[in-house]
Order: sequence, then structure tokens, then C-alpha cells
Amino acid sequence: MTQRTLLKQTVEPERYELLKEPPVLFESDRRGFFRFLGTGLVVICSAKTVAWQESGAGRRRGGQELPQEIDAWLHIGEKGEITAFTGKVEVGQNIRTSLTQAIAEELRVPVESIELVMGDTKLVPYDIGTFGSLTTPVMNLQLRRVSGAARDVLIAMAAKQWSVDAARLTATDGKVEDTQGKRSAMYSELVKGQQITQVLPAEDPLIPPSKWTVAGKTIPKVDGRDFVTGRHQYPSDITRPGMLYGKIVRPGAFNATLISADTKAAEAMPGVTIVRDGNFLGVAAASSAEAEKAAAAIHADWKAEPQTTSKELFEYLKNHQEKPEEGDNYRFGSGDVVPAFAAATHKVSATYNINYIAHAPLEPRAAVAEWTGDQLTVWTGTQRPFGVRSELGSAFKMPEDKVRVLMPDTGSGYGGKHAGDAALEAARLARAAKKPVKVVWTREEEFTWAYFRPAGVIEITSAVNADGSVTAWEFHNYNSGTAGFRTYYDVPNQKIEFHAVNSPLRQGSYRGLAATANHFAREVHMDEMAGAVKMDPLEFRLKNLKEDRLRAVFEQGGKQFGWSKPRAANHGSGVGGGFEKRGYVATFVEVALKPGTGEIKIQRVLTAFDCGAVVNPDGLRNQIIGANIMGLGGALFEAIEFSNGRILNNVFSKYRVPRFQDVPAMEALLIDRKDKEPVGAGEAPIVGIAPAIANAIYAVTGERLRTLPMGPQLAAKGFLVC
Amino acid sequence: MPRYELWVNGQTHSVDAEPETSLLFILREQLGLTGTKYGCGEAQCGACTVLISGHAKRSCRAQISLVAGKEITTIEGLAQGEKLHPVQQAFLEEGAMQCAFCTSGMIMSTVSLLNEKPHPAEQDILESMDGNICRCGTYPRIMAAIRRASGLVKEQRP
Repeated sequence: MTQRTLLKQTVEPERYELLKEPPVLFESDRRGFFRFLGTGLVVICSAKTVAWQESGAGRRRGGQELPQEIDAWLHIGEKGEITAFTGKVEVGQNIRTSLTQAIAEELRVPVESIELVMGDTKLVPYDIGTFGSLTTPVMNLQLRRVSGAARDVLIAMAAKQWSVDAARLTATDGKVEDTQGKRSAMYSELVKGQQITQVLPAEDPLIPPSKWTVAGKTIPKVDGRDFVTGRHQYPSDITRPGMLYGKIVRPGAFNATLISADTKAAEAMPGVTIVRDGNFLGVAAASSAEAEKAAAAIHADWKAEPQTTSKELFEYLKNHQEKPEEGDNYRFGSGDVVPAFAAATHKVSATYNINYIAHAPLEPRAAVAEWTGDQLTVWTGTQRPFGVRSELGSAFKMPEDKVRVLMPDTGSGYGGKHAGDAALEAARLARAAKKPVKVVWTREEEFTWAYFRPAGVIEITSAVNADGSVTAWEFHNYNSGTAGFRTYYDVPNQKIEFHAVNSPLRQGSYRGLAATANHFAREVHMDEMAGAVKMDPLEFRLKNLKEDRLRAVFEQGGKQFGWSKPRAANHGSGVGGGFEKRGYVATFVEVALKPGTGEIKIQRVLTAFDCGAVVNPDGLRNQIIGANIMGLGGALFEAIEFSNGRILNNVFSKYRVPRFQDVPAMEALLIDRKDKEPVGAGEAPIVGIAPAIANAIYAVTGERLRTLPMGPQLAAKGFLVC
Repeated sequence: MPRYELWVNGQTHSVDAEPETSLLFILREQLGLTGTKYGCGEAQCGACTVLISGHAKRSCRAQISLVAGKEITTIEGLAQGEKLHPVQQAFLEEGAMQCAFCTSGMIMSTVSLLNEKPHPAEQDILESMDGNICRCGTYPRIMAAIRRASGLVKEQRP
């Protein structure tokens, strides 16, 4: 099975950037990969013992399974130093801290003694990428298992040394203790002079979340000091000896072809390297100012076909469907909607529109590339270091083991840093210049040449009985994607379809994927149905909902929010919630309308969230509140405007993102399920805010908002969100 | 190319640059002070904020010829040796960061605000910080860090 086929079966279709056909596929060769870690204890995993996300995809190329590889996940050295290895990367979701906590928990060592190597393709086991809220359910579990195995080996070693039963020994604070014999041995003493490899056993007992002492608690960001002092080196901060700065000459429109380039003036500038390769045109120079000057001196002619505009976006999406593929997961059905609609007491139909939005990570895409002989090393901000390694291998027709990608903790991604554009550009320039080259995209480039969250059109028709039970549900999503497109409400007759569209803009993954669009449409529609039968929106949801954990977030969130208490005059409340990436979420919003002015203020937001056992409550609150604030932008202001292959609002002064003054009172209600394995929290909490705001605004104004962002529609009706 | 004397974090540096070159790129490329970040280049995001004569300025739009000779402080110049500035300490204690790419700018803007108003009202904070973007949405924590730094909130967070 090829990587692409595997991906197609396992990821949502809106991850367009992952599914596009790679230009070349190489037979990967990672022989010589086993590295020398020094004496001590190494815990290794054979590919078979590792969850699929971490193995199969990367080890199969071109339909053939590679020899089973051995990957080291944890090393304890004879000075007591502990190094753990993961292909997951840190983009602000604080997993460097939460994964370190997981290791500390099982290994019984202080957090400070652990170094976590992340996202360095030369050192860490293969990983498909940091997306899909998989780090906590997969990697946290994996590192806990590895650490638990190491702890058991250390206990067994001490038991042998002291000739006692291992069962009477305990591990704590970096040492094995024998309380009966009143003796102890540091891990460093136990491994001294040894070279022990332990294969991760298939089954091993883990410490249950209810007995956690390190995990489950708030600990500060492990390297926080480096960030408040400016010492941390992000990808855009990396420098190499003799490094040049690169600048790409971009076309004036998407899908343009380079016809000619007059580079004479730039060539005359000292120390400037110019590369023209197919459609790629770029320069490298000693400073970014000189590179910019040289790029500006190049006169390039591009040819592009006329392209559509954002004003016609939703008609365009409806009219440019792609032919459905065989065997895709694009539809779901149960019962028969046709007779159910015919017999319906109330039938509700509505169309919801979602605009393209940009990730706008504060650190734009950046890479530093360095060639040493036929070896290429690239530091770049990516959520897929191994994916970028493949892209580089393909682009330069070289085996992947000659490419090393390093991912320093990066200035956020939100699903936007899956592709290796900046890495390819820097590597191409560096090869020509024969010096390391850094490429940092400008904000305009970031807003133009990255990919966008898919726009979409969602059509829903539903049938509801007079008692409030939903009997039929027909849901069509054009282009947004399939994440969260199934309803979690209990509806006997369902027809749900995703329709792929030939998108006018480059599009791809975004925090929560299409779940934000699908939840917006579904949860606003739930309110429309509740209105048709004159029921309270929360009561209506609970009437049609069986799933216990989802009921719990709606009920407990509603209680904490004070849903049933009367609102002040000109105040309204709304709710929106659901289930995404294994997390259960319900968001409640209160808005106030200033009489006579049309000014709407979002007063407060409460999100109840259940992601199983909580690993780090403080980090989790940051993720929940952060996701809601990010979601405010897409709900109210953010929309990419484009015309004829150009982005019209490619700067922050024209593309409004949430700022300090936009933030209402925010509350996160953590439902800590110690009886459930922890799952991710980076994405699911974003899905409730938009429908909750739309429903709250309806409650106070009577205006039903069905387009994201809502700001323009509100403005057209004389309202202003402030 | 003209030469300028820059006074950064208590040290003087001679740099050769065109007069319109932005201070941000001089700091990052010539002086190796990469704690100051590029986020937009149009003074809209605040990631590049430094102090010039004690006041917050967006270094991306500060021309080298206009800031030469003035007292410039970057994030690297705040701590006294290993002792963090109270604002840095407050950001750490409140966990007021996620990816932290905005953190340098947030801290420098806060230092400037507290220089001018040691005990700012809520609205003062909102208005003076509104030019600093945090895409991770850490704003409530940053507000808490600013309150902590201003000494308005002394108790430990639970």
C-alpha cells in the first residue's frame, strides 16, 4: 500500500495538501540509522509494537514493505541524563511540556531531568506529522509505555543486584528503592558501564490516570524561560556560518507560468545569486535588504488565465463539483429520508456559506537550508518534518537518508504548516549559491502563497415532529470537507454527502478542518428546528441526543453558564457543541445589544470540554480558550478576498484577526474523566463558538446568520459587533 | 553606504546600512539579536516591538537613520544577568504564552505601558496592547500577566 493510499483511507479529504500526488516517490533507505547513544539503557520499539500512525505509513514505499526497523525512543545515560525522542513537534500546543510530564510520570524522575528531542528526522522515530489531535492519544501513550518499560527494567536490574524480589522495589525520583532493605540506587548507577537495549513489550501495565502524580497537574512550560528572554531560536532565527538571505520573485497571479525574466540589473549587483528553474525564480544575497533589492530589479513576465473572484465564490463552488471517486468515505446514510420528509410535521431547509480563511501563523513560513557535499540539512517550521524530508528528496532526486529536516519549536501552525514550500525554496537557492540560505516569507507571501481553510456551501433539510424529535436529516457539504459532517444527534433517517469541488484557491488543513463549518451549519440548523417547534434550544438538543459524554458537556456547561436563568433585557444566549477528534465540546455565549445603536457585544463565552483524563489542566485551559478566541475571528471577521488569481487582503491591516479588545470574558469548564484515556485538545474546542455566537445574536436580534464570517451580513443589517 | 552608531542594550555597535533600512533587520541580521521577531512588516502585529528611549516602537518601521544614537532596548536587554525583569517573570508565572512568537513584543509593549502607567486601568491595558497580535489567543493570560506585573494582583493563581 502506498503512503498516499494509506493517507486517503485514514485522513479527511480536506487535507488536500497531504493528498496531492507527490512528484516522485523514492525507495527510502534508512540503513545506518541506528545511532550511537552512549552507554546506558535504550528502550526500542520494533515497528509492529507501535501504533499505526507512527509506523506503517512511513515504512512502506512504492508498494513494498521495508525491512522492519528499530527505533529508539528513550535513553538513560550513565550520568542520569534522560533523552526521549519523538517525531511530534511543538507549535504552541505545549506538547513538549505535556509529553515530558508523561515521561516523568512513568519513569518516576523529575521533569527537569528529561530532554525531549522533537522533530529531527535524523534522530527521532518516523512520525506521520503533528495533526489530527493525535499527539495526546498516540504519542503520550507511546511515551508513557516506553518510560514504563524503562522503569521496569531498572527495577529488575536492582532486584538482580540485590538478589531480592522485584515486587518489593519501587521507583521514585530517579532511583530504585528497597524500603525493606533500606537501600536505593540511582538510575545512573544502575546503567553505569552497561549497554542494555529493551524492546518495548506488547503489553505493559501503565499507571492509571487516577493515580498520576506528575501528569494531570499543571506544570509551567518546560523551557518557558527561553521564550520570555528571546533566547529560543525559532526556524526564522536560525543562522549558519556564511548564510545568505533568499527572496522569491512571485508571480502576479495564481497558476501563472513564467514566460521571461530580465535579470541583468540583478546580476550586476555584487554577491547576488539568481536562480531560474522552471517557474521558480529567486535570488540570494548577503542580507535580506540586498536580496529584496535584487528581486525588485528583476523584470519577469508571467502568463495566467482569468480566474474567479470571492464575490462569486459560493455559486462557483456549487457549479464546479468534481466527479466522486470510487470507495471514498464521502457519504453516510441510514433509514430513508424521502418518506420521512413526506410525513414531516415541520420541514426546515437552509443553506450555510463558509468563506476561505488564512491560518496567519505569527511566524511566517521559514527555512534555512545547508548543503554539505550531497547531504542536505534544513531547519524549518513544519508540522510534518518527515513529510518535508520526502518533498525535498523528491524535488532534488536524492535518497531521503541524505536529507535531514530539523524542526525547532515553531511560531504556530494551526494545520497550515504541513507543506515544505519554504524548505524547497531555501534548498534550491542554497544549492545554486553553494552557501546556506535562509528564506522567511513576508506576511504578504504568507497570506497569498500558503493554503487556505476550504470555503464551503452546506445545504440542510430536516424534518421534526411537533414533540421536538428530529425524524430526517439531509446534509450536503460542497468543498469544506468531511470532518464532523456526521450528526451526533439521534436521527432515524439520514442522508449525508460531501461533494468535492475543484477549488479556485489552494486549500488544505486548518485547526479542526471542516468540523468548524459542519458544526456551524448543523448547530445553527438545530436552533432553526427548535424554533420551528418552539422549544428551548438546549432542551431540544438534549431531547435528540443519546451519547452520554456529549449530553454531559451540554448539561454541565449549561448549568455552569446559567442557561436557564433569565437574561437581562437586550441580552441573548446561544449554544453550539458537538464531537470532534474524540473530544466532546459545548460552547455557550451571551451577547448584549446596545439599544438604539445596533452595537452587539459578546459578553462572555463558556466552553465545557471532555477530552478524557486531563494531562495538564493549565495547558488544556490555554488550548480551549485559545481555540475559542481563534474561532472568534473566523466566526465574525475573517474572509480571504480574491480576484483573478490575486489575494486582495494580504496584510493584517486588511485582514482582521482577533485582538485584545475583541476578547470577551472566557471560561473553560474541564470535565476530567480519569476513567478515560486522554485525547487531544488542540482542535475540538474551536467548533462550538461560531454557532453559539450566531444563535445568541439571533436570540437578541431575530437575525438568522448563515454565513461565516457573520460580520458583513450583520453590517448589512445595521449591526456592528464590537 | 553610511555608517550608524546604534546604542542597543547598553552597548554601542557600528553598522553599515542604507538610511531607510529597518531597525528590525539590523537587529536580527547584523547584531544577532533574534529575540525581536518579524511578523508583518507594517506595524500591525507588534512582534517586533522594542523600546526606544523607554517607549514601545515597532522596529520593522523604524528607519535606522532615525534611531541611531537613541537608547534601544530589546528583549535580550531586559533581564539583569540571570534575574528576569518583573514583566518577564509575570509572563512565566501566568503561563502567558503558547507558541510564544508574540511574547517578546508583548513583554516589550508591557514594559513600555508600565513605564508610563505603573498601575494601568483595564481599558488602558486593552488600548495600549491592541496593536499586539497573539494568534494562539492567549490574550486573557497576557492580561493576567500584565496585572500581575503591575502589582495589582499579588496572590498566586490557583
